[in-house]
Amino acid sequence: MFTHKKRPWTEKLVDHAFIRMTAVLASVVSLTVLGIFFTVGFQAVFQGDLSSLLPWNQDSIWQGIAAWNDEETFGVRWGAIPHFGLGFLANSSWNPVRNDYGALTPIYGTLMTSALALLLAVPLGVGTAIFLTEDFLPQKLRTIIGFMVELLAAIPSVVLGLWAMAMLNGFLAAFTPLHVHLGWLPFFGTEPGGPNLAMASLILVVMLLPIITAVSRDSLNQVPRELRQGAYAVGATRWTSIFQVLIPAAVSGIVGGAMLALGRALGETMAVTMIIGNSTKLSTSWFAPSSTIASLLANQFGEADDIQVSALYYAALVLMILTLLVNICAQVIVKRLALKYD
Amino acid sequence: MTTTQHPPAASGLNYNPYAPRNVWNRAMNLLAALFSLMAVLPLVVVILYVLYKGGGAITPAIFTELPPAPGLSEPMGMGNAVIGTAMVTGMAALVAIPVGVGGGIYLAEVDKTGWFAQFIRFGVNVLAGVPSIICGLFIYALVVDTRILWGESFSAMAGSLALAVLMLPTIVKTTDEGLKLVSQELRMGALGVGASRFVTITRVVLPAAVSPIATGVVLGIARAAGETAPLIFTALFSPFWPDWSSGLGLLAPTATMSVQIYNFGIMPFAPQVQLAWAAAFILVVMILAANLLARWLARFSAS
Repeated sequence: MFTHKKRPWTEKLVDHAFIRMTAVLASVVSLTVLGIFFTVGFQAVFQGDLSSLLPWNQDSIWQGIAAWNDEETFGVRWGAIPHFGLGFLANSSWNPVRNDYGALTPIYGTLMTSALALLLAVPLGVGTAIFLTEDFLPQKLRTIIGFMVELLAAIPSVVLGLWAMAMLNGFLAAFTPLHVHLGWLPFFGTEPGGPNLAMASLILVVMLLPIITAVSRDSLNQVPRELRQGAYAVGATRWTSIFQVLIPAAVSGIVGGAMLALGRALGETMAVTMIIGNSTKLSTSWFAPSSTIASLLANQFGEADDIQVSALYYAALVLMILTLLVNICAQVIVKRLALKYD
Repeated sequence: MTTTQHPPAASGLNYNPYAPRNVWNRAMNLLAALFSLMAVLPLVVVILYVLYKGGGAITPAIFTELPPAPGLSEPMGMGNAVIGTAMVTGMAALVAIPVGVGGGIYLAEVDKTGWFAQFIRFGVNVLAGVPSIICGLFIYALVVDTRILWGESFSAMAGSLALAVLMLPTIVKTTDEGLKLVSQELRMGALGVGASRFVTITRVVLPAAVSPIATGVVLGIARAAGETAPLIFTALFSPFWPDWSSGLGLLAPTATMSVQIYNFGIMPFAPQVQLAWAAAFILVVMILAANLLARWLARFSAS
């Protein structure tokens, strides 16, 4: 009565081809990541572009058997990593005239702006997230505020940079009293007179707030209702239950969100470039112009050549490793701290 | 017979507004409200300022003229940047959407937990964290420096590729998440009546998840349209109209609104700064519109 009907071979072919195609498309993502690391690493180790890898290219990174006798280079056009070594990370001079490059100033600037921004943005963001998950306001109003904070994340960083430049004098007026009264502290040591590190940190705060708020809000929303009810039932006030019950229960998400934000802060480019002053002189003062790795790249890459390009790629490699570590830490922390409710 | 002794009026049961914990409670309420206000304030201030400064600079000529040479104030336009942004972002979407949706389908439908899927997931997470300027540097080294695209160096196409790299993780993630929301019964039903996996995925599962995917894609495109860092070394900038003769304008350096904001915003000439604000205005309005559109699209997945 029933006959076993085989699928036509065309259908099988389409099926297999489709599955293979999705696998290929998926691997594009990981290949891109590997490609980025390889490219940046290559450019940091050698001078010359990627096409010099091709054996038939005249302009190769290896200048042929004739140059092999050169005892220092073996005929290879070495770039920044062999040239400067790990001392690159501790050298604070960036001198294109003498071809002496070190990334201490931008590394310090990157870490300092991100740390300052995180210090301000975490309390603000978590506070906002708590405010939006508690019943202070009617649900509709909370949704609108939440949407507005999310919109803040959508504003392009270059627009924020333009806005910050327009607000420059306002920032300076706000910073001056700090210098006048607390100038003995090294962080407030210089007189604020233009774009500086503190402004870049403040702009970063604006960019980090939406990330921290969104992630903390999600994880606070996921805390089971019973925990809150239990806390209220034993007589805890609202804030006792928030600090003793809700935040500990949601801490994995909050810390994860903060780490995610830190990753963003380290690599943020445009707004910072426009407002940090782009100085490669090392200064402990927050009111002095400085630079971050990303701003150094945006500012100098266009006009660099030879070993300077390679040095910039070296700095980019440092930035990539920093953000990679932070992002991996974020994922591990979220997994480790996550409380399981069944 | 005993009479129940009532305790004296239990003061402990009344709300004591001066009890330290209640004072602390109210102080924290106030602080949380203050923090939310401070979080919303920048958005309001930035948007109002951009609308005020940029809105005044918007004239019909903005869309039909070229920017003035430095020092001059005529003509006042940025039509080339408007076209450039549309071209670069559109091309980036054309590259990133097929790859991203395909990768998302793989993660959600083909291989969820195998070692290869783990590897891809890890790659997606790493790529999502790569700073945008590094994407620009990568495409510069890969495409611009090697002149791999028909011997051209800086080009709109290179900029599109950099933006595509940036959009990719977002699209993979939203596709993956969107497909996970589709109920398992739908797949079983389709496979049960004899549909192949190809037909199940493309005709049954994908249409059911189109709204969350579209939401993510719209937000991804809006985000990419405002990105500057990946474009400054790839698409570069150009004060002229796109050169239609070289690859339909895709193989020539191209102006974009985001790079224009950066380039013109730091110039000491008033007309240029005004054009930077006009570009900021258009970008912000566009991004607000895209977010509203995404909200509207998300409504369909809820019902």
